[in-house]
Amino acid sequence: MLTAEEKHQIDHEISLVPAPKNACIEALKIVQQNHGWVSDESLKDVADYVGMSSAELDSVATFYNLIFRRPVGRHVILLCDSISCYVMGYEGIKEALHEKLNIQYGQTTADGRFTLLPNCCLGTCDCAPALMIDNDLYRNLTVEQLDEILNKYT
Amino acid sequence: MEKPLTQHIVPGRAPLSLKEYEKVGGYQSVRKILKGMTPQEVQALVKESDLKGRGGAGFNTGLKWSFVPMGDDAATPKYLVANADEMEPGTFKDRVLLEGNPHQLIEGMIVAAYAIQASISYVFLRWAYKVAAREITIAIQEAYEAGYLGQNILGSGFNLDMHLHTGVGRYMCGEETALLNALEGKRANPRAKPPFPQVSGLFGKPTIVNNVETLCCLPHIVNNGAEWFKKLGLTADAGTKLFGVSGRVKTPGCWELPMGTTIREILEDYAGGMQDGYLFRGLLPGGASTDFLVEEHLDLPMDYPSIQAAGSRMGTGTMIILDDQTCPVGFTLNLQHFFAQESCGFCTPCREGLPWVERILLAIDKGEGKPEHLLTLDFHTKYLGPGNTFCALAPGAMEPLQSALKYFREDFERHIHEHHCPWSKAKAWQPSI
Repeated sequence: MLTAEEKHQIDHEISLVPAPKNACIEALKIVQQNHGWVSDESLKDVADYVGMSSAELDSVATFYNLIFRRPVGRHVILLCDSISCYVMGYEGIKEALHEKLNIQYGQTTADGRFTLLPNCCLGTCDCAPALMIDNDLYRNLTVEQLDEILNKYT
Repeated sequence: MEKPLTQHIVPGRAPLSLKEYEKVGGYQSVRKILKGMTPQEVQALVKESDLKGRGGAGFNTGLKWSFVPMGDDAATPKYLVANADEMEPGTFKDRVLLEGNPHQLIEGMIVAAYAIQASISYVFLRWAYKVAAREITIAIQEAYEAGYLGQNILGSGFNLDMHLHTGVGRYMCGEETALLNALEGKRANPRAKPPFPQVSGLFGKPTIVNNVETLCCLPHIVNNGAEWFKKLGLTADAGTKLFGVSGRVKTPGCWELPMGTTIREILEDYAGGMQDGYLFRGLLPGGASTDFLVEEHLDLPMDYPSIQAAGSRMGTGTMIILDDQTCPVGFTLNLQHFFAQESCGFCTPCREGLPWVERILLAIDKGEGKPEHLLTLDFHTKYLGPGNTFCALAPGAMEPLQSALKYFREDFERHIHEHHCPWSKAKAWQPSI
Protein backbone atom coordinates (compact mmCIF):
# COMPACT_ATOMS: atom_id res chain seq x y z
CA MET A 1 0.00 0.00 0.00
CA LEU A 2 1.26 3.45 -0.84
CA THR A 3 1.18 5.74 2.18
CA ALA A 4 -0.71 9.02 2.14
CA GLU A 5 2.62 10.85 2.08
CA GLU A 6 3.85 8.78 -0.87
CA LYS A 7 0.63 9.46 -2.76
CA HIS A 8 0.99 13.15 -2.00
CA GLN A 9 4.53 13.21 -3.37
CA ILE A 10 3.58 11.17 -6.43
CA ASP A 11 0.60 13.47 -7.08
CA HIS A 12 3.00 16.42 -7.16
CA GLU A 13 5.17 14.67 -9.77
CA ILE A 14 2.08 13.79 -11.82
CA SER A 15 1.03 17.45 -11.77
CA LEU A 16 4.23 18.35 -13.66
CA VAL A 17 3.72 16.02 -16.64
CA PRO A 18 1.01 15.47 -19.28
CA ALA A 19 -0.04 11.98 -18.16
CA PRO A 20 0.35 10.11 -14.83
CA LYS A 21 2.49 7.36 -16.35
CA ASN A 22 5.09 9.97 -17.34
CA ALA A 23 5.80 10.30 -13.61
CA CYS A 24 6.40 6.57 -13.07
CA ILE A 25 10.16 6.80 -12.59
CA GLU A 26 9.72 9.58 -10.07
CA ALA A 27 7.11 7.45 -8.29
CA LEU A 28 9.52 4.51 -8.14
CA LYS A 29 12.18 6.81 -6.70
CA ILE A 30 9.77 7.98 -4.01
CA VAL A 31 8.91 4.40 -3.01
CA GLN A 32 12.56 3.37 -3.03
CA GLN A 33 13.46 6.37 -0.89
CA ASN A 34 11.11 5.05 1.81
CA HIS A 35 11.74 1.31 1.55
CA GLY A 36 15.29 1.13 0.23
CA TRP A 37 14.10 -0.94 -2.75
CA VAL A 38 11.03 -1.62 -4.91
CA SER A 39 9.26 -4.87 -4.01
CA ASP A 40 6.83 -6.64 -6.34
CA GLU A 41 4.01 -5.36 -4.15
CA SER A 42 5.26 -1.77 -4.31
CA LEU A 43 5.71 -2.09 -8.06
CA LYS A 44 2.08 -3.16 -8.45
CA ASP A 45 0.90 -0.34 -6.19
CA VAL A 46 2.78 2.24 -8.26
CA ALA A 47 1.62 0.68 -11.53
CA ASP A 48 -2.00 0.83 -10.43
CA TYR A 49 -1.58 4.40 -9.19
CA VAL A 50 -0.12 5.77 -12.43
CA GLY A 51 -2.24 3.60 -14.73
CA MET A 52 0.29 1.15 -16.16
CA SER A 53 0.49 -2.62 -16.16
CA SER A 54 3.00 -4.10 -13.72
CA ALA A 55 4.87 -5.65 -16.63
CA GLU A 56 5.28 -2.32 -18.40
CA LEU A 57 6.42 -0.59 -15.23
CA ASP A 58 8.85 -3.41 -14.46
CA SER A 59 10.36 -3.03 -17.93
CA VAL A 60 11.10 0.57 -16.97
CA ALA A 61 12.23 -0.22 -13.42
CA THR A 62 14.67 -2.92 -14.48
CA PHE A 63 16.13 -0.73 -17.24
CA TYR A 64 17.73 1.66 -14.81
CA ASN A 65 20.77 0.79 -12.71
CA LEU A 66 19.68 2.63 -9.60
CA ILE A 67 16.16 1.27 -9.17
CA PHE A 68 16.66 -1.73 -6.90
CA ARG A 69 14.26 -4.63 -7.49
CA ARG A 70 15.89 -6.71 -4.77
CA PRO A 71 16.41 -5.77 -1.12
CA VAL A 72 19.63 -3.94 -0.36
CA GLY A 73 21.50 -3.30 2.85
CA ARG A 74 21.16 -0.17 4.95
CA HIS A 75 24.00 1.35 2.93
CA VAL A 76 24.83 0.75 -0.72
CA ILE A 77 28.46 0.89 -1.80
CA LEU A 78 28.85 1.81 -5.48
CA LEU A 79 32.40 1.12 -6.62
CA CYS A 80 33.41 2.75 -9.90
CA ASP A 81 34.80 0.12 -12.29
CA SER A 82 35.19 2.36 -15.36
CA ILE A 83 38.33 3.12 -17.27
CA SER A 84 40.11 5.81 -15.22
CA CYS A 85 39.55 3.88 -12.00
CA TYR A 86 40.76 0.74 -13.79
CA VAL A 87 44.00 2.46 -14.79
CA MET A 88 44.43 3.78 -11.25
CA GLY A 89 43.96 0.33 -9.74
CA TYR A 90 40.41 0.04 -8.44
CA GLU A 91 40.76 -3.78 -8.31
CA GLY A 92 42.81 -3.45 -5.14
CA ILE A 93 39.89 -1.59 -3.55
CA LYS A 94 37.48 -4.22 -4.85
CA GLU A 95 39.50 -7.11 -3.41
CA ALA A 96 39.82 -5.34 -0.08
CA LEU A 97 36.07 -4.73 0.09
CA HIS A 98 35.31 -8.36 -0.79
CA GLU A 99 37.63 -9.42 2.02
CA LYS A 100 36.55 -6.92 4.66
CA LEU A 101 32.82 -7.36 4.08
CA ASN A 102 32.91 -11.01 3.02
CA ILE A 103 30.58 -10.31 0.08
CA GLN A 104 30.86 -10.29 -3.70
CA TYR A 105 29.21 -7.82 -6.09
CA GLY A 106 25.43 -7.90 -5.76
CA GLN A 107 25.50 -9.33 -2.25
CA THR A 108 24.55 -7.89 1.13
CA THR A 109 26.45 -8.42 4.36
CA ALA A 110 24.88 -10.89 6.81
CA ASP A 111 24.09 -8.06 9.24
CA GLY A 112 22.28 -6.13 6.50
CA ARG A 113 24.71 -3.23 6.78
CA PHE A 114 26.18 -3.01 3.27
CA THR A 115 25.34 -4.01 -0.30
CA LEU A 116 28.25 -3.86 -2.75
CA LEU A 117 27.63 -2.98 -6.40
CA PRO A 118 29.89 -2.11 -9.33
CA ASN A 119 29.09 1.21 -10.92
CA CYS A 120 29.81 3.12 -14.11
CA CYS A 121 32.13 6.12 -14.10
CA LEU A 122 31.27 8.47 -11.22
CA GLY A 123 32.60 11.52 -13.09
CA THR A 124 35.50 12.23 -10.78
CA CYS A 125 38.23 10.62 -12.89
CA ASP A 126 40.98 13.04 -11.86
CA CYS A 127 40.59 11.66 -8.33
CA ALA A 128 40.40 7.94 -9.19
CA PRO A 129 39.78 5.43 -7.77
CA ALA A 130 36.41 6.46 -6.37
CA LEU A 131 33.31 5.02 -4.75
CA MET A 132 30.04 6.27 -3.33
CA ILE A 133 28.30 5.11 -0.18
CA ASP A 134 24.70 6.36 -0.13
CA ASN A 135 25.08 10.07 -0.98
CA ASP A 136 28.74 10.37 -0.06
CA LEU A 137 31.56 10.39 -2.61
CA TYR A 138 35.04 9.14 -1.67
CA ARG A 139 37.95 9.86 -3.98
CA ASN A 140 41.68 9.17 -4.32
CA LEU A 141 40.97 5.94 -2.46
CA THR A 142 43.58 3.75 -0.90
CA VAL A 143 42.99 0.39 0.76
CA GLU A 144 44.29 1.89 4.01
CA GLN A 145 41.40 4.38 4.14
CA LEU A 146 38.64 1.80 3.80
CA ASP A 147 38.21 0.87 7.49
CA GLU A 148 37.79 4.49 8.50
CA ILE A 149 35.28 5.09 5.71
CA LEU A 150 33.24 1.95 6.41
CA ASN A 151 33.16 2.70 10.15
CA LYS A 152 31.12 5.83 9.47
CA TYR A 153 28.15 3.69 8.50
CA THR A 154 26.20 1.63 11.02
CA MET B 1 44.31 34.03 -20.99
CA GLU B 2 40.55 34.43 -20.90
CA LYS B 3 38.57 31.76 -19.05
CA PRO B 4 34.98 32.96 -19.28
CA LEU B 5 33.32 29.73 -18.14
CA THR B 6 35.44 29.09 -15.07
CA GLN B 7 36.45 32.62 -14.06
CA HIS B 8 34.16 32.57 -11.03
CA ILE B 9 34.77 28.96 -10.03
CA VAL B 10 37.12 28.39 -7.12
CA PRO B 11 37.61 24.70 -6.26
CA GLY B 12 36.57 23.97 -2.71
CA ARG B 13 34.55 27.16 -2.36
CA ALA B 14 30.75 27.36 -2.55
CA PRO B 15 29.41 28.71 -5.85
CA LEU B 16 28.39 32.35 -6.15
CA SER B 17 24.95 33.18 -4.81
CA LEU B 18 22.63 35.01 -7.18
CA LYS B 19 23.49 38.36 -5.60
CA GLU B 20 27.23 37.68 -5.87
CA TYR B 21 26.80 36.43 -9.43
CA GLU B 22 24.92 39.59 -10.41
CA LYS B 23 27.74 41.73 -8.96
CA VAL B 24 30.23 40.16 -11.38
CA GLY B 25 27.94 40.69 -14.35
CA GLY B 26 25.67 37.68 -13.97
CA TYR B 27 22.33 37.65 -15.84
CA GLN B 28 23.38 40.66 -17.97
CA SER B 29 22.87 38.56 -21.10
CA VAL B 30 19.26 37.87 -20.08
CA ARG B 31 18.62 41.59 -19.69
CA LYS B 32 20.30 42.28 -23.01
CA ILE B 33 18.28 39.79 -25.07
CA LEU B 34 14.94 40.47 -23.40
CA LYS B 35 15.31 44.22 -23.90
CA GLY B 36 16.85 44.41 -27.31
CA MET B 37 17.10 41.21 -29.32
CA THR B 38 14.61 39.05 -31.15
CA PRO B 39 14.85 35.26 -30.76
CA GLN B 40 15.99 35.10 -34.39
CA GLU B 41 18.79 37.57 -33.64
CA VAL B 42 19.99 35.42 -30.73
CA GLN B 43 19.95 32.35 -32.98
CA ALA B 44 21.89 34.19 -35.68
CA LEU B 45 24.45 35.46 -33.16
CA VAL B 46 25.11 31.98 -31.79
CA LYS B 47 25.29 30.48 -35.25
CA GLU B 48 27.76 33.20 -36.26
CA SER B 49 29.88 32.54 -33.13
CA ASP B 50 30.52 29.00 -34.43
CA LEU B 51 29.79 27.51 -31.00
CA LYS B 52 29.80 23.73 -31.42
CA GLY B 53 28.09 21.26 -29.08
CA ARG B 54 30.42 20.40 -26.22
CA GLY B 55 28.77 17.08 -25.41
CA GLY B 56 30.84 15.32 -28.03
CA ALA B 57 29.09 15.60 -31.38
CA GLY B 58 30.40 19.08 -32.17
CA PHE B 59 27.40 20.28 -34.18
CA ASN B 60 26.90 24.05 -34.61
CA THR B 61 24.55 25.06 -31.80
CA GLY B 62 22.84 27.94 -33.60
CA LEU B 63 22.24 25.71 -36.61
CA LYS B 64 20.73 23.02 -34.36
CA TRP B 65 18.31 25.60 -32.94
CA SER B 66 17.35 26.84 -36.41
CA PHE B 67 15.31 23.66 -37.06
CA VAL B 68 12.87 24.51 -34.26
CA PRO B 69 9.55 25.75 -35.70
CA MET B 70 9.07 29.42 -34.82
CA GLY B 71 6.15 31.82 -34.98
CA ASP B 72 2.53 31.63 -33.94
CA ASP B 73 1.84 28.38 -35.80
CA ALA B 74 4.54 26.43 -33.93
CA ALA B 75 3.39 23.73 -31.51
CA THR B 76 3.58 24.66 -27.83
CA PRO B 77 4.87 24.28 -25.23
CA LYS B 78 8.40 24.05 -26.53
CA TYR B 79 11.06 22.55 -24.31
CA LEU B 80 14.70 23.20 -23.57
CA VAL B 81 16.70 20.47 -21.82
CA ALA B 82 20.17 20.81 -20.34
CA ASN B 83 21.95 17.49 -20.78
CA ALA B 84 23.76 17.13 -17.46
CA ASP B 85 23.82 13.33 -17.57
CA GLU B 86 27.61 13.24 -17.76
CA MET B 87 28.27 9.50 -17.94
CA GLU B 88 30.94 9.09 -20.61
CA PRO B 89 33.71 7.19 -18.80
CA GLY B 90 36.69 9.41 -18.17
CA THR B 91 34.61 12.59 -18.36
CA PHE B 92 34.29 14.99 -15.45
CA LYS B 93 34.02 18.46 -17.00
CA ASP B 94 30.33 19.29 -16.61
CA ARG B 95 30.58 18.43 -12.93
CA VAL B 96 33.00 21.38 -12.58
CA LEU B 97 30.49 23.79 -14.15
CA LEU B 98 27.45 22.36 -12.33
CA GLU B 99 28.99 22.41 -8.88
CA GLY B 100 31.04 25.54 -9.42
CA ASN B 101 28.61 28.01 -10.99
CA PRO B 102 25.00 26.82 -11.36
CA HIS B 103 23.73 30.35 -12.09
CA GLN B 104 25.86 30.46 -15.24
CA LEU B 105 24.04 27.35 -16.48
CA ILE B 106 20.63 28.81 -15.62
CA GLU B 107 21.53 32.05 -17.40
CA GLY B 108 22.63 30.09 -20.47
CA MET B 109 19.43 28.08 -20.38
CA ILE B 110 17.32 31.24 -20.32
CA VAL B 111 19.22 32.52 -23.38
CA ALA B 112 18.70 29.23 -25.23
CA ALA B 113 15.04 28.98 -24.22
CA TYR B 114 14.41 32.55 -25.40
CA ALA B 115 16.13 31.85 -28.72
CA ILE B 116 13.77 28.96 -29.48
CA GLN B 117 10.86 30.43 -27.47
CA ALA B 118 10.67 27.48 -25.09
CA SER B 119 8.51 27.94 -22.01
CA ILE B 120 9.51 24.84 -20.03
CA SER B 121 13.06 23.73 -19.29
CA TYR B 122 14.67 20.80 -17.52
CA VAL B 123 18.10 20.14 -16.11
CA PHE B 124 18.55 16.38 -16.67
CA LEU B 125 21.15 15.63 -14.00
CA ARG B 126 23.07 12.47 -13.24
CA TRP B 127 21.97 10.91 -9.96
CA ALA B 128 25.59 10.68 -8.78
CA TYR B 129 26.06 14.45 -8.79
CA LYS B 130 24.64 15.07 -5.32
CA VAL B 131 26.46 18.35 -4.69
CA ALA B 132 25.36 19.68 -8.08
CA ALA B 133 21.75 18.70 -7.34
CA ARG B 134 21.82 20.67 -4.13
CA GLU B 135 23.44 23.75 -5.68
CA ILE B 136 21.17 23.78 -8.74
CA THR B 137 18.06 23.45 -6.57
CA ILE B 138 19.15 26.50 -4.57
CA ALA B 139 20.08 28.45 -7.69
CA ILE B 140 16.78 27.75 -9.47
CA GLN B 141 14.91 28.91 -6.37
CA GLU B 142 16.98 32.12 -6.24
CA ALA B 143 16.40 32.75 -9.95
CA TYR B 144 12.62 32.43 -9.50
CA GLU B 145 12.70 34.82 -6.53
CA ALA B 146 14.71 37.37 -8.52
CA GLY B 147 12.29 37.18 -11.44
CA TYR B 148 14.67 35.55 -13.95
CA LEU B 149 12.39 32.51 -14.10
CA GLY B 150 8.62 32.25 -14.05
CA GLN B 151 6.02 34.43 -15.71
CA ASN B 152 6.76 37.70 -17.54
CA ILE B 153 10.50 37.64 -16.91
CA LEU B 154 11.83 41.18 -16.22
CA GLY B 155 8.58 42.57 -17.64
CA SER B 156 9.36 41.22 -21.11
CA GLY B 157 6.34 38.97 -21.53
CA PHE B 158 8.66 35.96 -21.87
CA ASN B 159 7.81 33.01 -19.58
CA LEU B 160 10.10 30.16 -18.57
CA ASP B 161 9.76 27.45 -15.95
CA MET B 162 12.72 25.31 -14.92
CA HIS B 163 12.77 21.90 -13.25
CA LEU B 164 15.59 19.71 -11.99
CA HIS B 165 15.24 16.04 -12.97
CA THR B 166 17.71 13.56 -11.54
CA GLY B 167 18.18 10.36 -13.51
CA VAL B 168 18.40 6.81 -12.20
CA GLY B 169 21.52 5.75 -14.00
CA ARG B 170 21.96 4.59 -17.57
CA TYR B 171 24.60 5.67 -20.10
CA MET B 172 21.96 5.69 -22.86
CA CYS B 173 20.34 8.73 -21.23
CA GLY B 174 23.15 10.87 -22.64
CA GLU B 175 21.81 10.27 -26.16
CA GLU B 176 19.32 13.07 -26.63
CA THR B 177 16.30 11.09 -27.82
CA ALA B 178 16.89 8.41 -25.15
CA LEU B 179 17.12 11.22 -22.62
CA LEU B 180 13.70 12.45 -23.75
CA ASN B 181 12.24 8.97 -23.27
CA ALA B 182 13.71 8.88 -19.76
CA LEU B 183 12.14 12.27 -19.02
CA GLU B 184 8.81 10.87 -20.19
CA GLY B 185 9.07 7.96 -17.74
CA LYS B 186 10.02 5.34 -20.30
CA ARG B 187 12.95 3.04 -20.95
CA ALA B 188 15.79 5.15 -22.30
CA ASN B 189 15.88 3.58 -25.76
CA PRO B 190 16.86 5.99 -28.49
CA ARG B 191 14.16 7.14 -30.91
CA ALA B 192 14.11 6.90 -34.68
CA LYS B 193 15.06 10.12 -36.46
CA PRO B 194 13.30 11.77 -38.21
CA PRO B 195 11.30 13.27 -36.69
CA PHE B 196 14.09 15.18 -35.01
CA PRO B 197 13.56 16.48 -31.46
CA GLN B 198 13.54 20.05 -32.76
CA VAL B 199 10.20 19.23 -34.39
CA SER B 200 8.85 16.41 -32.21
CA GLY B 201 10.76 15.94 -28.98
CA LEU B 202 9.64 15.84 -25.37
CA PHE B 203 5.95 14.85 -25.20
CA GLY B 204 5.86 15.27 -28.97
CA LYS B 205 6.66 18.99 -28.80
CA PRO B 206 9.58 20.95 -30.28
CA THR B 207 12.59 20.37 -28.05
CA ILE B 208 16.25 21.30 -27.90
CA VAL B 209 18.74 19.29 -25.85
CA ASN B 210 22.06 21.06 -25.25
CA ASN B 211 25.09 20.01 -23.22
CA VAL B 212 25.89 21.89 -20.00
CA GLU B 213 29.18 23.33 -21.26
CA THR B 214 27.50 24.47 -24.49
CA LEU B 215 24.81 26.31 -22.54
CA CYS B 216 27.40 27.91 -20.24
CA CYS B 217 29.08 29.54 -23.27
CA LEU B 218 25.90 31.41 -24.24
CA PRO B 219 25.88 34.30 -21.74
CA HIS B 220 29.43 35.18 -22.75
CA ILE B 221 28.63 35.10 -26.46
CA VAL B 222 25.63 37.39 -25.94
CA ASN B 223 27.66 39.80 -23.79
CA ASN B 224 30.85 39.89 -25.86
CA GLY B 225 29.80 39.01 -29.39
CA ALA B 226 30.48 36.33 -31.96
CA GLU B 227 33.84 37.73 -33.08
CA TRP B 228 35.18 37.78 -29.51
CA PHE B 229 34.14 34.15 -29.06
CA LYS B 230 35.77 33.05 -32.30
CA LYS B 231 39.02 34.76 -31.33
CA LEU B 232 39.21 32.81 -28.07
CA GLY B 233 40.21 29.75 -30.09
CA LEU B 234 43.80 29.35 -31.28
CA THR B 235 42.80 27.52 -34.45
CA ALA B 236 39.80 27.48 -36.76
CA ASP B 237 37.52 26.37 -33.90
CA ALA B 238 35.87 28.97 -31.68
CA GLY B 239 35.85 29.51 -27.94
CA THR B 240 37.47 27.91 -24.96
CA LYS B 241 37.05 24.27 -23.94
CA LEU B 242 37.18 22.41 -20.68
CA PHE B 243 39.95 19.86 -21.13
CA GLY B 244 40.65 17.13 -18.61
CA VAL B 245 43.27 14.46 -18.07
CA SER B 246 43.01 11.29 -15.98
CA GLY B 247 45.33 8.31 -15.59
CA ARG B 248 48.96 8.03 -14.52
CA VAL B 249 49.90 11.70 -14.86
CA LYS B 250 51.38 13.82 -12.08
CA THR B 251 48.50 16.29 -11.68
CA PRO B 252 45.27 15.00 -13.21
CA GLY B 253 42.55 17.63 -13.48
CA CYS B 254 40.30 19.80 -15.62
CA TRP B 255 41.22 23.18 -17.10
CA GLU B 256 39.51 25.76 -19.31
CA LEU B 257 41.89 26.48 -22.17
CA PRO B 258 41.65 27.98 -25.64
CA MET B 259 40.22 25.64 -28.25
CA GLY B 260 43.19 24.38 -30.26
CA THR B 261 45.63 24.02 -27.34
CA THR B 262 47.92 21.13 -28.24
CA ILE B 263 47.61 17.75 -26.58
CA ARG B 264 51.25 17.97 -25.49
CA GLU B 265 50.69 21.29 -23.75
CA ILE B 266 47.68 19.92 -21.87
CA LEU B 267 49.55 16.76 -20.89
CA GLU B 268 52.83 18.35 -19.91
CA ASP B 269 52.06 21.90 -18.76
CA TYR B 270 48.75 21.23 -17.03
CA ALA B 271 48.71 17.53 -16.17
CA GLY B 272 52.39 17.66 -15.22
CA GLY B 273 53.53 14.87 -17.53
CA MET B 274 53.63 11.17 -16.71
CA GLN B 275 54.12 9.99 -13.15
CA ASP B 276 57.66 8.83 -12.36
CA GLY B 277 58.14 5.26 -13.50
CA TYR B 278 55.34 5.35 -16.08
CA LEU B 279 55.70 5.88 -19.82
CA PHE B 280 53.08 7.25 -22.19
CA ARG B 281 51.64 4.78 -24.71
CA GLY B 282 48.43 6.36 -25.93
CA LEU B 283 45.31 8.28 -25.00
CA LEU B 284 41.62 8.52 -25.67
CA PRO B 285 41.17 12.23 -26.45
CA GLY B 286 37.55 12.68 -25.42
CA GLY B 287 36.07 9.88 -23.38
CA ALA B 288 35.63 6.12 -23.75
CA SER B 289 34.01 6.27 -27.18
CA THR B 290 36.88 7.95 -29.03
CA ASP B 291 39.75 6.39 -30.99
CA PHE B 292 43.22 6.09 -29.45
CA LEU B 293 45.84 8.64 -30.35
CA VAL B 294 49.56 7.90 -29.83
CA GLU B 295 52.92 9.65 -29.54
CA GLU B 296 52.91 10.93 -33.12
CA HIS B 297 49.71 12.87 -32.44
CA LEU B 298 50.84 14.77 -29.34
CA ASP B 299 51.47 18.04 -31.15
CA LEU B 300 47.99 18.16 -32.64
CA PRO B 301 45.73 20.99 -31.54
CA MET B 302 42.67 19.86 -29.60
CA ASP B 303 39.91 21.07 -31.89
CA TYR B 304 37.20 19.23 -33.79
CA PRO B 305 38.75 19.12 -37.30
CA SER B 306 42.35 18.36 -36.20
CA ILE B 307 41.40 15.39 -34.02
CA GLN B 308 39.01 14.12 -36.66
CA ALA B 309 41.73 14.32 -39.32
CA ALA B 310 43.90 12.12 -37.09
CA GLY B 311 41.18 9.45 -37.13
CA SER B 312 39.63 10.15 -33.76
CA ARG B 313 37.12 12.58 -32.24
CA MET B 314 37.56 15.34 -29.72
CA GLY B 315 34.43 14.03 -27.98
CA THR B 316 34.12 15.55 -24.53
CA GLY B 317 37.73 16.77 -24.50
CA THR B 318 38.59 14.81 -21.36
CA MET B 319 41.53 12.50 -22.04
CA ILE B 320 42.29 9.11 -20.55
CA ILE B 321 45.94 8.10 -20.61
CA LEU B 322 47.17 4.57 -21.31
CA ASP B 323 50.55 4.01 -19.64
CA ASP B 324 53.14 1.31 -20.26
CA GLN B 325 52.24 -0.61 -17.13
CA THR B 326 48.58 -0.98 -18.03
CA CYS B 327 47.69 -3.81 -20.41
CA PRO B 328 46.11 -2.45 -23.61
CA VAL B 329 43.95 -5.59 -23.86
CA GLY B 330 42.72 -5.16 -20.29
CA PHE B 331 42.13 -1.46 -20.95
CA THR B 332 40.08 -2.27 -24.06
CA LEU B 333 38.21 -5.06 -22.26
CA ASN B 334 37.22 -2.66 -19.50
CA LEU B 335 35.78 -0.27 -22.11
CA GLN B 336 33.91 -3.01 -23.98
CA HIS B 337 32.45 -4.40 -20.76
CA PHE B 338 31.05 -0.94 -20.07
CA PHE B 339 29.49 -0.62 -23.52
CA ALA B 340 28.10 -4.17 -23.52
CA GLN B 341 26.52 -3.54 -20.13
CA GLU B 342 25.07 -0.17 -21.11
CA SER B 343 23.64 -1.23 -24.49
CA CYS B 344 19.90 -0.68 -24.28
CA GLY B 345 19.31 -3.98 -26.07
CA PHE B 346 16.95 -2.52 -28.64
CA CYS B 347 18.88 -3.34 -31.81
CA THR B 348 20.44 -6.73 -32.48
CA PRO B 349 23.98 -5.83 -33.63
CA CYS B 350 24.64 -3.83 -30.47
CA ARG B 351 22.86 -6.18 -28.05
CA GLU B 352 24.57 -9.31 -29.40
CA GLY B 353 27.76 -7.91 -30.84
CA LEU B 354 29.12 -6.03 -27.84
CA PRO B 355 28.95 -9.02 -25.43
CA TRP B 356 30.62 -11.12 -28.16
CA VAL B 357 33.45 -8.61 -28.38
CA GLU B 358 33.71 -8.59 -24.59
CA ARG B 359 33.91 -12.40 -24.39
CA ILE B 360 36.67 -12.53 -27.03
CA LEU B 361 38.69 -9.85 -25.26
CA LEU B 362 38.25 -11.68 -21.97
CA ALA B 363 39.52 -14.89 -23.59
CA ILE B 364 42.54 -13.08 -25.03
CA ASP B 365 43.24 -11.40 -21.70
CA LYS B 366 43.16 -14.78 -19.92
CA GLY B 367 45.60 -16.26 -22.42
CA GLU B 368 42.94 -18.34 -24.15
CA GLY B 369 42.91 -16.28 -27.32
CA LYS B 370 43.28 -17.72 -30.81
CA PRO B 371 44.77 -15.97 -33.85
CA GLU B 372 41.37 -15.92 -35.58
CA HIS B 373 39.95 -13.95 -32.64
CA LEU B 374 41.68 -10.83 -33.94
CA LEU B 375 39.91 -11.22 -37.27
CA THR B 376 36.58 -11.59 -35.46
CA LEU B 377 37.30 -8.36 -33.59
CA ASP B 378 38.24 -6.64 -36.86
CA PHE B 379 34.96 -7.89 -38.33
CA HIS B 380 32.99 -6.39 -35.45
CA THR B 381 34.60 -2.99 -35.84
CA LYS B 382 33.12 -2.92 -39.35
CA TYR B 383 29.71 -4.43 -38.66
CA LEU B 384 29.06 -2.48 -35.46
CA GLY B 385 30.28 0.70 -37.14
CA PRO B 386 28.30 3.74 -38.27
CA GLY B 387 25.18 2.93 -40.26
CA ASN B 388 24.73 -0.63 -38.99
CA THR B 389 23.14 0.09 -35.62
CA PHE B 390 20.15 2.10 -34.41
CA CYS B 391 22.18 4.72 -32.54
CA ALA B 392 25.77 5.77 -31.95
CA LEU B 393 26.50 3.60 -28.89
CA ALA B 394 28.01 0.60 -30.66
CA PRO B 395 29.89 2.66 -33.27
CA GLY B 396 31.28 4.67 -30.35
CA ALA B 397 32.34 1.45 -28.64
CA MET B 398 34.15 0.34 -31.80
CA GLU B 399 36.31 3.48 -31.92
CA PRO B 400 38.71 2.55 -29.10
CA LEU B 401 38.63 -1.11 -30.21
CA GLN B 402 39.56 -0.50 -33.83
CA SER B 403 42.35 1.88 -32.87
CA ALA B 404 43.65 -0.45 -30.13
CA LEU B 405 43.84 -3.20 -32.77
CA LYS B 406 45.72 -0.79 -35.00
CA TYR B 407 48.22 0.72 -32.56
CA PHE B 408 48.62 -2.12 -30.04
CA ARG B 409 48.13 -5.16 -32.26
CA GLU B 410 51.48 -6.63 -31.21
CA ASP B 411 50.28 -6.64 -27.62
CA PHE B 412 47.11 -8.50 -28.58
CA GLU B 413 49.23 -11.01 -30.54
CA ARG B 414 51.61 -11.51 -27.63
CA HIS B 415 48.68 -12.50 -25.39
CA ILE B 416 47.65 -15.08 -27.97
CA HIS B 417 51.10 -16.49 -28.72
CA GLU B 418 52.35 -16.52 -25.14
CA HIS B 419 49.02 -17.80 -23.76
CA HIS B 420 48.99 -15.29 -20.93
CA CYS B 421 48.85 -11.57 -20.24
CA PRO B 422 52.39 -10.16 -20.37
CA TRP B 423 51.36 -7.57 -17.78
CA SER B 424 51.10 -8.57 -14.15
CA LYS B 425 48.31 -11.07 -13.50
CA ALA B 426 47.33 -9.02 -10.50
CA LYS B 427 46.16 -6.37 -12.93
CA ALA B 428 44.05 -8.70 -15.09
CA TRP B 429 40.58 -7.30 -15.09
CA GLN B 430 37.55 -9.47 -14.45
CA PRO B 431 34.15 -8.23 -15.46
CA SER B 432 31.55 -8.19 -12.75
CA ILE B 433 28.94 -10.24 -14.57
